[in-house]
Amino acid sequence: MGDQQPHTMTGSPGADQPAGIEIVGLTKRFLTPKGETFTAIHDVTLTVEPGQFCAIVGPTGCGKSTTLAQVSGLERPSAGSVSVGGRIVEGITSGVSYMFQADSLFPWKTVLGNVMIGPVLVGTPKKAAEKLALDWLRRVGLAGFEDRYPHQLSGGMRKRVAMAAALINNPRILLMDEPFGALDVQTKAIMQTELLGLWEELRPSVLFITHDLDEAVALSDRVVIMTSSPGTVKDVFDVDLPRPRGDVQEIRHEERFLEIQGRIWESLRDEVTRAYQQTAGAAA
Amino acid sequence: MSTMTSTSRTTTTPATGSAAQERETELQVAGRRARARRTAWVWTGRVGVAILVIGGWQWFTSAGWVDKFFYGQPSGIWDSLVRLFTQGTAFGTIWENLWITVQEAFLGFIAGTIAGVVIGILFGSNRYLASVFGPYIKIVNSIPRIVLGSIFIVAFGLGVLPKVLLAAVLVFFVVFFNAFQGVREVDQNLIANVRVLGASPFQVARHVTIPSAMTWIIASLHTAFGFAIIGALVAEVLGAQHGIGLIISQAQGNFDPNTVFACMVIVAVVTLIAEYLITLLEKALLKWRPPSRAESAQAL
Repeated sequence: MGDQQPHTMTGSPGADQPAGIEIVGLTKRFLTPKGETFTAIHDVTLTVEPGQFCAIVGPTGCGKSTTLAQVSGLERPSAGSVSVGGRIVEGITSGVSYMFQADSLFPWKTVLGNVMIGPVLVGTPKKAAEKLALDWLRRVGLAGFEDRYPHQLSGGMRKRVAMAAALINNPRILLMDEPFGALDVQTKAIMQTELLGLWEELRPSVLFITHDLDEAVALSDRVVIMTSSPGTVKDVFDVDLPRPRGDVQEIRHEERFLEIQGRIWESLRDEVTRAYQQTAGAAA
Repeated sequence: MSTMTSTSRTTTTPATGSAAQERETELQVAGRRARARRTAWVWTGRVGVAILVIGGWQWFTSAGWVDKFFYGQPSGIWDSLVRLFTQGTAFGTIWENLWITVQEAFLGFIAGTIAGVVIGILFGSNRYLASVFGPYIKIVNSIPRIVLGSIFIVAFGLGVLPKVLLAAVLVFFVVFFNAFQGVREVDQNLIANVRVLGASPFQVARHVTIPSAMTWIIASLHTAFGFAIIGALVAEVLGAQHGIGLIISQAQGNFDPNTVFACMVIVAVVTLIAEYLITLLEKALLKWRPPSRAESAQAL
């Protein structure tokens, strides 16, 4: 099973071709405990082409995470629709993996157990799941750590376990919610390079949430800027840096990178300032 | 990436010379000595406390400042213990009686734990059930359940069943509240993660909810076994044909505090053994936890 190429892998239901994501007029309102409605995102429309790496950047509280929850099918939209691979999302979307900022590993499972959970949940026999998991641990450079528990690993290693666990089912769509937000700068750069390497092999469509504009530009093909309260899409930029991009830390010094980054920052700056003033005003 | 780790590893390794090594061993010896000294002091303190309490009790009662007729005396308790184990009681040997009490407590413990875990997890993961039954659980929890013992004895006679039931009721609430809270504390990210990967509700419970709540449930078992013993003993005092509780109530009727204390000692030993076994279970089930937390829990 571990030797199979991504496109022939048939262990999981959605693991065929990467699927595009189409979000049209998506609105999500929440009921606050006081019984008032709160609009988290309003009329969000964006498209992720099949196999595209799309980053969503925006100030805190602009509904980036809410958007992801609608794509995964964990939550139902209040209005508008999300389709994945041309099919409207109702209930849990198949072939999706999630990666959160907090490393959502099972503290009571070993590294191997954590990576195995994906195939096990879709009904792969234990032996095959174990073999596949071992192969993935090798791919993320954690061979020999299978029997450790998460608390025995460093932050970067835990992230790699989470990455293996997210990719093992060969998802059509990878949703990443500030996955590297809590890492130190060096580890972050290493993890970004590794993520790009793995993504270029498997080519799932990615929705990647981040605060970090550099990260967004270095990794993605498309950067979506969102504004806050209520969250809407402000701008969409296509990043035409050539692939494979190689080392993320080196791209940052390229002229083309700086040019694109500068252009997007123009758009983002107003938002960040506005959001900051709002929170500062609320605090005062 | 692998090259990254290997280089960082070599740079962090300290330069080792023979002098540095000697210093290292010296430090280790000093550390071991400091630890041994600390352990010795702790044990001196512990033995001192025991001598102070038991010796003081013996002294006060022999001097006649405290009446040993009401409050017993350590030497009398010892004699009573010896008599219980050599001559037995009016209701058979001490071992028979102890076995019955332990059996009642154990069965009650198991029944109460299973019910508490199942219902706790059910209510914890279902908001509707929790809202409907919440107030009733609170009401039942606030009534003095020990009085249920009288009802159980009236309903089920003097046999083992009413004792098991009372022990189970006492255990149930302790375990239930912990299991319920444990399920509530589950990391929602973990649940979202496995749900996205296509887990059924049963799989969510098996892979996330139950292992996560296990920390809370196991913590409650320590207290729960104490309650099981209390339930069995109280039900025996209320009415029984065998058991430690019966020996206690008879000794009370005979104005024999030494035998009551002797029974307390016996029950305390049983509870300590059970506690030890539960700690073993805890270690086996929660071996994934970072050691610092487990150790600080052990320190008490």
